[in-house]
Amino acid sequence: MIRVVLPAHLRLLARVAGEVQVEVEGRATIASVLDAIEARYPMLCGTIRDHVTLKRRPFVRFFACEQDWSHESPDAPLPDAVASGAEPLLLVGAIAGG
Amino acid sequence: MSQVRVLVGTRKGAFLLTADGKRDKWEVSGPHFGGWEIYHMKGSPADPNRLYVSQSTGWFGQLIQRSSDGGKTWEPVGNKFVYEGTPGTHQWYDGTPHPWEFKRVWHLEPSLTDPDTVYAGVEDASLFRTADGGQSWQELPGLRGHGSGPRWQPGAGGMCLHTILLDPSDPARIFIAISAAGAFRTDDGGATWRPINQGLRSPYIPDPNADVGHCVHRIAMHRSRPNVLFMQKHWDVMRSDNAGDQWREVSGNLPTDFGFVIDVHAHEPETIYVVPIKSDSEHYPPEGKLRVYRSRTGGDEWEPLTKGLPQGDCYVDVLREAMAVDSLDSCGVYFGTTGGQVYASADAGDSWAPIVRDLPAVVSVEVQTLS
Repeated sequence: MIRVVLPAHLRLLARVAGEVQVEVEGRATIASVLDAIEARYPMLCGTIRDHVTLKRRPFVRFFACEQDWSHESPDAPLPDAVASGAEPLLLVGAIAGG
Repeated sequence: MSQVRVLVGTRKGAFLLTADGKRDKWEVSGPHFGGWEIYHMKGSPADPNRLYVSQSTGWFGQLIQRSSDGGKTWEPVGNKFVYEGTPGTHQWYDGTPHPWEFKRVWHLEPSLTDPDTVYAGVEDASLFRTADGGQSWQELPGLRGHGSGPRWQPGAGGMCLHTILLDPSDPARIFIAISAAGAFRTDDGGATWRPINQGLRSPYIPDPNADVGHCVHRIAMHRSRPNVLFMQKHWDVMRSDNAGDQWREVSGNLPTDFGFVIDVHAHEPETIYVVPIKSDSEHYPPEGKLRVYRSRTGGDEWEPLTKGLPQGDCYVDVLREAMAVDSLDSCGVYFGTTGGQVYASADAGDSWAPIVRDLPAVVSVEVQTLS
């Protein structure tokens, strides 16, 4: 079970409060977690990563265990603490705009 | 009794303003989708309770929202806009080739007859259509691929397809406009397109009379005369009496012929409205006076409408999607400003009053006349 913290706008869109939890098959990676998030909450498709290229949207960041995972390969294994559910994966909207 | 519902898109959410046919007491609902940019929302002529909204931010991209109960509840529908085939290139600001990239939906135009069919005008300029209520969107690639696409260049606001006019007398005919490419028409339901810019003159492009490259801001028609089109261009108010085959200037005595909006009275096809704006770079009303200009002669002769509008120290803009009319017996006219005001006139423009004064910057205004 993976714990994921969504940005406030996406929590509203997905109609969830607080953290969401998803199961992934095999190794927990950014890609596999996002696959699971989008399968459960299809309205989030395209809001975190591009529909076609699957590239992260520029103003979205991925944080885990106090590290920035935004520039890591989406297929890189996430830390054990995230994979075990001890720590959440944070999806963060960049502080920008007016 | 008749009712009017004004759909207002702003930089930070959507608002629904409703009143009875007198249009003197208004209820305000919103913000819906607070914090998101609402470029446009529009109701289906075939089912007024069916509303479509274009919702976007720089963070999370494009969403389309749909309501089937007049805006009481909403559901997100499909937001996947993918160009057909290899997208190719258009011109970038510096004249170099630049790949077509989807950025946002500027305009949603529901079919006149089917609540599930909607056209979407997007940036980078292209036309999409859904036939399943917004769940899936398909490009009509004949527009982008008709031949002049590689020469299109964005205006300062982006290369947006912002105007979609469906011909009520001919389902196969659609007019669209793109900044800064110009106006285009299909006569076969969107399969093939051609530029309709003859008569436009734009000194700010290398060939002022070119077939494409004109910065068209808005086109309007009266549904009883779909061959007569009115255009507010980046400079010049224009008119065509043959479905865009030829245009002539009708700016007449306007204080400036720059502006964004243009619309037609619901019952008088020769009565049209514009809001002159000072340009090139100021983009606020001349002399700080917010004036709607009305022509009852289809252009050339214009009168200022000022009663109830600020006539000093007013420096707001009125963006291209931000004017609409209702179809009550005494035609109502509405427009929104970048200062967050939405003004209404229940007497065809003779007098005005603000419905709201302090919304976020208004991007779009549409009106539904409900019975």
